[in-house]
Parts: sequence; structure tokens; C-alpha cells
Amino acid sequence: MTATAPDTLADGIAGSEASLRKFLHGLPGVDQVGADQRAAMLATRSIKTTAKEWALDLAIRMVDLTTLEGQDTPGKIRALAAKAKRPDPDDPTCPSVAALCVYPHLVPVAAAELKGSGVHLASVATGFPSGQVPLDVKIADTKAAVTAGADEIDMVIDRGAFLSGRYLEVQEQIQAVKQAAGAAHLKVILETGELATYDNVRRASWLAMLAGADVIKTSTGKVQPAATLPVTLIMLEAVRDFRDQTGRQIGVKTAGGIRAAKDAIRYLVLAKETAGEDWLDPDWFRFGASTLLNDLLMQRAKMRTGRYSGPDYFTLD
Amino acid sequence: MAFEYAPAPESASIVDIRASYGLFINGEFVDSADGSPFKTVNPASEQVLAEIAEAGPTDVDRAVAAARAAYQKTWGPMPGAERAKYLYRIARIIQERSRELAVLESIDNGKPIRESRDVDLPLVAAHFFYYAGWADKLEYAGLGPQPRPLGVAAQVIPWNFPLLMLAWKIAPALACGNTVVLKPAETTPLSALAFAEICQQADLPPGVVNIVTGAGATGQALVEHQDVDKVAFTGSTDVGRAIARSVAGSRKKVTLELGGKAANVVFDDAALDQAVEGIVNGIFFNQGHVCCAGSRLLVQESGYDELLAKLKRRMSLLRVGDPLDKNTDIGAINSSAQLERIRTLSQIGESEGAARWTAPCPLPERGYWFAPTLFTGVSQAHRIAREEIFGPVLSVLTFRTPAEAVEKANNTPYGLSAGVWTEKGSRILWMADRLRAGVIWANTFNKFDPTSPFGGYKESGYGREGGRHGLEAYLA
Repeated sequence: MTATAPDTLADGIAGSEASLRKFLHGLPGVDQVGADQRAAMLATRSIKTTAKEWALDLAIRMVDLTTLEGQDTPGKIRALAAKAKRPDPDDPTCPSVAALCVYPHLVPVAAAELKGSGVHLASVATGFPSGQVPLDVKIADTKAAVTAGADEIDMVIDRGAFLSGRYLEVQEQIQAVKQAAGAAHLKVILETGELATYDNVRRASWLAMLAGADVIKTSTGKVQPAATLPVTLIMLEAVRDFRDQTGRQIGVKTAGGIRAAKDAIRYLVLAKETAGEDWLDPDWFRFGASTLLNDLLMQRAKMRTGRYSGPDYFTLD
Repeated sequence: MAFEYAPAPESASIVDIRASYGLFINGEFVDSADGSPFKTVNPASEQVLAEIAEAGPTDVDRAVAAARAAYQKTWGPMPGAERAKYLYRIARIIQERSRELAVLESIDNGKPIRESRDVDLPLVAAHFFYYAGWADKLEYAGLGPQPRPLGVAAQVIPWNFPLLMLAWKIAPALACGNTVVLKPAETTPLSALAFAEICQQADLPPGVVNIVTGAGATGQALVEHQDVDKVAFTGSTDVGRAIARSVAGSRKKVTLELGGKAANVVFDDAALDQAVEGIVNGIFFNQGHVCCAGSRLLVQESGYDELLAKLKRRMSLLRVGDPLDKNTDIGAINSSAQLERIRTLSQIGESEGAARWTAPCPLPERGYWFAPTLFTGVSQAHRIAREEIFGPVLSVLTFRTPAEAVEKANNTPYGLSAGVWTEKGSRILWMADRLRAGVIWANTFNKFDPTSPFGGYKESGYGREGGRHGLEAYLA
């Protein structure tokens, strides 16, 4: 396999609507039954003892601790920022999470709390969660978040444009947001629950990667189904193949509906046996979650002490 | 730091293996009258598991007589609805004891617990449930207004799926009103003997199921016995031929399920990642000890490089080792004799000029192991493309057009199964019309279901097992 620089690849196929369509529709298809079966088989992996301890710590370090509610207030953000920095106040060996993920409006509050902590600050942008706003609003949304201190932007793609086959439009929007985001890390949310087919998930993954995404992300968490193992499998195959072809590594973020530590470990197994060990790092794999963190902490404490403490021993933020 | 899976072994303590086993004749375990005992070993550790009685001609005689008596007095005259109750009961007991049976199967056979737990045992129970349902509906099977059982069935099964092959043989035979004498393979007798206990537990009338253990001589005595009405055999084509010869001219009905050298045909428009999974599942499932294994990979030349790169990467992920570890993908080769055969044929592959590639994986020191291997540059003339290796060895060939794929796929004395991988539905149908094989899988491989008939063309045998067709083998 010959490596092509991503820009060369993108220039070659993304120049026009026709060539982009030809490329995306020329990607190998996904057999749904086979993909589901592979994901289900990997879910039977049994992760015990030392492997489990290692995986739990890694999973905590991969959490994008998220609150995206209409009820969010500065107080809520401050509480969550404290949790992000020190998830388990009783245990100084417990690592921090990867990032805190909030609405743009609350980025300034979060930025003040997280300053110097090493915890990244992610903000959703571009008319989250539907993406149904004009491009200039998306760009303004993004710029506002970055200016206020976000170093990661979680944008949504325009699913309407994608589903009606206007791939170039989707790509140009991602490129525009990427430019607006500047140095901030760009995560592109595909909202796979609305794309419906695995073929679409693969095409949207490639489209986002070609357009300059740093990370491709499954879902907003506002649409069901959100993250699933098979969808994440397809996306992990896409980043693996993209790196083979271009030499550029893209991250994957799975978000929405992952609540149990056991499920998080299944995703780590999926990443290991699909994309490879290189993705087992908070820079390359993330969990968008809120309740998941406490289960990870509870399982972690259980591994260390040999017994379960009640949920009251873990902070609710 | 890498994500290393810690050992996750299923506990062996849930099975109780006795030091020695007798023969199961007329509802009880008895000593052998004229055989000399042999040992069964755990292929993953080479440790002796138990001493097994060998059935000699006198024992076979006793077993057939018990089956005959049960056929005449109890099982033959019993209404189908009553027979069904026993079969349902057996199916339920199998489900209840499935964890124990899965562990036992993995210990005696060497197959990974993931497969015995998730594939073998669910299918075993499903087979009994399925044929239990037929027992009182045989008049509606399309085989005549009043189909009659044949009588006593002599059944000889292989070591690759010990309990599943037992189910394939015993469930339809009993549902149709026959009684059976079954001989499990000499390297894997333990799950059949556990099944004998299940027959006792289910209060199955004595003599309906008899299990005689032993090797080739016992099998020969059984299939050649004068008072047997039906012979059913699954195993190698050579032995199948010998059986066909020995029963020629007799009243015995015969079904044979023999070897295979299945072609797995991958077109360049296939769903690539799933095709790779299907290739791996096709040849490495159960260490390749599968008669319908996709051992000949036919790849369209235009998609060869990409597919092969992906296949090698995927093969490098296979976890070979302790069959009881829940994360093991490939277990132990069933016997030293089989390991020797796989090694010999692989060496022949190399000396005939094919390029060998073996997945980099550590193998345990004790036990019988063979790392997943593929050969490229294989031509139709190579022995590894023609002979059944019955191990984790894949021969990769190429083709250019659909017609060439069909020609190469059919160019074998066998015809048990084939696979087709393409996103084009019309091509699947076109291929299926032309491939000479009993089962054709489209965009999947090694899928089994009790409702689906299974059996071969040409030297892969005759007769069908499973589904409504499977009843025909046990009814007149």
C-alpha cells in the first residue's frame, strides 16, 4: 500500500461533487450482518484482573466528561470541572479525565476552572445537535468557543446535506469550521443514528477525514441509537485504512449511551483488535459520557480494595 | 504499554471426569467383554483424561441386540408425541448442563471454549428441540402418508464436533422412531459418554441409545453387523468408501458425510472487511477441523493485494492457546496424528513451490499446536489445493472472471460447501446455480441451523442431515 499525503488524496478526489461522490461510493461496502457479528464476537472478550485494572484507568483517561443540557449553569460546570480534574477525591492515584465537554456559552466558566490542569476543554459548536443553522452562524459559534478558551471543538455535520447526496457541501462546511477552529482539535460528529446504514457511516467517516477532521465521533447523544459497537467498528476500520493510505492518524470518539465500565472495556477491545494498539491513548480514542465515569471509578475502587462501595461513596455532580 | 488480556480461563472444576468409562448398553454402563481399554488425552496438555473401554465384536453384538429389543418393544411402537417428550427433555437437560458440556468438549477436543459455548452447545440443543418437534408430524413431512422408521441405526461420528455430530445423528433417528448404536471417535469419547448419562437422567427407555467406544475396528464391527438397518457415517472419504463397499448388496440404507475442499470465492466488489472475517471464520474456525471449511480461497486478481494485506493483519490478531481461556480464538489440534498430517501437507506445499506465511504467534510448549498459516502462489495442481488438510491452513488461489471462479471452485472431487462474497445479488444467484456443492454460503461462512439440510455432492458423500430432508435418512 502506498502512502499518499492526505492533502494530495483530498485534492485528487475532493475537487468536485462528482469526483467526491465517485470516491465515496467506490469505498468497499459494509455487510451489516457480518459487521454486527464481528462486534458481537469481540464483545465476548473477557477482560480480567491486571488487564481490567489497566483498561479501567485508560478508560477514565479517555472520558470527555460531558454536560449538554438546557439546565446547565455555571455552578454545574464548576462542579463538573472539579470532578474532571480529580474524579476520585479519595484516591490521588486516580487519573484525570481527558476533557470537559460543554456548550459554547459556558466555555469561559469551564476555562477558568480547568486552567493549568491538563484537562482539555471541548465545546460543541455549529448549531449542536441538529446542525441546521446557516454556515456563518456555525463559524461564529466555533470562533466564539475557541476565543473563550476551548481547545477542542465537537462539530456536527449537516446530515440533511449528506443524506441528499450534497457531499461537497458537507465537506466545505467541515473545512470552513476547521479553519475557524484554528489550532483547536476538531471532532466531527457524524450522528450515525441518523445516517442509518453502515455504508453511510463509512462514507461519512471518509468524508470527514478528507475534509480535515482530527477525530470522527459517533453521535451527539441526543439521537437514538447513539454509539453502538458495530458503528464504532466501522469508524475504527475507516481510521485504520485512512492511515494506511495517507499516513495520517485520526482519532475516534464514541458518545452517547455508554454507561457501564464493562461497555467501555468492550470499546477498548474493539479499538485494539480493529485499528490497533496505537489508538489506545486518550489522544486517539475518547468516550463522550457523563454517568460512565462513576461506574469506572466504582469498578476501579473494587479492583483495588476487593469490594464494592455503595454509589454514595462517589460524587454526583 | 500494550493492552494484554490477562488469562481468563473457564473453570475446569465444573466437570467431573471419571477415571474410567465403560460402554453404554441397554441403559447402563457396562464393562467390555472383549475389548482392550484405551486412553483419551487432553490435546492442549497431552495429559491422560480417562481410560475408555473398547467395544469388541461381542460388545457390539450386545449393543445392537439391545437396540433391536428397544426398537421392537418400546421405541418403535411408541406414539410420536410420546417420543417427542423424551427428546424435548433431553434438549432441556443439554441446555441446563451446557456450561459443563462445553468445558468437557473443550478439554477432550481442544476447541476453544468460546466456540463450544457459543456454537456447539447451542446447536446441539437446537437440534434436539427441532427434531423433537417433528416426532409427531412425520406424516406431514412429504415422505408418504405413513412413513415408517428403519429400525436399528449404526452411527459413526468424527472427533471435530463430537457432541454436535452426535446430535445430528441421534436426534433425527430417535424422532423417526429408530433406535441407535453410536460410536464416537476414539480421541473424543467423553461428551458422548456424558450424553449417555443425560439419557439416563431423561429416563429414556433402555436400549434406545447405546454408545460403544473404540477405534476403527469397533466402527467396522458396528457398520458390518448383520442386524443393523441403517448406517450413518461422518468422517473421511477413505473410510466412507470402505463403508459403502462393505454395505453394498445389503438391505442397509446408508448416508455418508465425508470430506471437503471448499472454495471461498471473493470478488473485488465484496464487503472487504466482512469478507476477511468470513475467510478467517471459514478456515480457522475449530482449528480448521471442519469438513466444510473454506480451505481454498479464490480471490479475484483485481482485489488480491488489498485483500491479502487485510487478511494477514487479521490473522496476526488470532489468539492461539489454552482452549479453556475465554479469549482464545484457536485451540489445540485434536491429536498428534492429525498434527503430523497437517505438518506433512504444509511441508509438501512448500516443496511444491507455494509461499508459506504463518501468523506470528507464540505457541504453548506442551500439547498439539499449529499456528494459522496461509499459502500463496498456489495452483490447482498443488496437493494443498486438492487434498483436505483438516487444519488451520489456507491455500490462496486467484481468478479473473466469474466463469473461471466457478471452474476452479468445481475442479475438485469434493463438493460439500462453497462461499461467495460480493455485493452484487445477481452474481450470488448466478454462482449458486453453477457451484457444485451441497451448501453455498453468500457473504457468510460456516453458518449452521437445524432447519437447514447439510450434505455433499460427489465424493463429499450422499444423503442430507438437518431440516425436513434429514428425516428422509431415517424413514422408509
